[in-house]
Amino acid sequence: MTETNTPIVDYTIRLADDSLTLGHRLSEWCSNGPFLEEDIALINVSLDYVGRARMLYAYAAETENQGRSEDDICYLRDTREYRNLLINELPKGDFAFTIVRQFFVDTFNLLFYTELLNSKDSTLAAIAGKSIKETKYHLRRSKDWMVRLGDGTEESHNRCQAAIDELWDYVTEMFDMDELETGLAAQGVAVDRTALREQWQQIVKEVTDEATLTLPDHDIAIRGGRTGIHTEHLGYLLAELQYVQRAYPGNTW
Amino acid sequence: MSNMPLFEVFVRSKRGLDHTHCGSLHAENAEQALEYARDVYTRRSEGVSIWVVKASDVTASQESDRDSFYDPMDDKPYRHATHYVLPDEVNNM
Repeated sequence: MTETNTPIVDYTIRLADDSLTLGHRLSEWCSNGPFLEEDIALINVSLDYVGRARMLYAYAAETENQGRSEDDICYLRDTREYRNLLINELPKGDFAFTIVRQFFVDTFNLLFYTELLNSKDSTLAAIAGKSIKETKYHLRRSKDWMVRLGDGTEESHNRCQAAIDELWDYVTEMFDMDELETGLAAQGVAVDRTALREQWQQIVKEVTDEATLTLPDHDIAIRGGRTGIHTEHLGYLLAELQYVQRAYPGNTW
Repeated sequence: MSNMPLFEVFVRSKRGLDHTHCGSLHAENAEQALEYARDVYTRRSEGVSIWVVKASDVTASQESDRDSFYDPMDDKPYRHATHYVLPDEVNNM
């Protein structure tokens, strides 16, 4: 039993899982960045994502009101109970892979949170307001790097192109709607993801053109995150993320 | 990365104050330097405005010029307001 009885709680946990898994992947660059300044910048972005996840988990815990804390939701669920989109859990890869994923997700987030700002749920709308400011900066960075790498050396171009080709199959899942989200969208709470695809494609195309990169024209979609069917990578991510709580249950700072 | 130019970073902490030198960083160009300056030097919301200047564009005085630059000022006390006897009417100086 993973779903709660409240659609808004489930929806909020989905968004939190998206932020947490990607934030964790970015945090893996800490002390491993290509150079000091970029290391610090990447971790700043990571902290924005983890901070967003915290706000969302806290809201979910409060709304659910079943005695679970934000930490319980984060640390005490296993892979099948996580609801993040697959694109967020893929290993960090090389720097090009990290940048292409950020660019895809940042672009999506800008569109998504701009819409969520109109949510009838005032807490989600407030979180969206904070997230948009962060995302604008994230996108500025990832866009800049896309052009720098794509239109850089032969090696940076090839690595970037390889990352696009690998990530492309995970893009469609970002725009999937299911019963839960369609229902909440009809109430004016959730965002209609499907409606964001065209604009996303347009922004991404503009930047990849400038970066002399090519977008695949097939539309294969690997999906499953929203129903708890994940890649083999999420288990390892959670093993590290949840280690302390699993080894020392209930331990606090 | 050592092949990238060095930039000096100046941050204005509050409106009305001057930009103050707070450090340096490496970046590919000025725009990127500005972004890194934001991430490296304003993490605790220290600033309202940032300047970045290529370190190679700064012309600096040299330690060896010390004597000729600064010593001649040592024997010109009349350049300090405190050198003069103030009229009683001036209370605060």
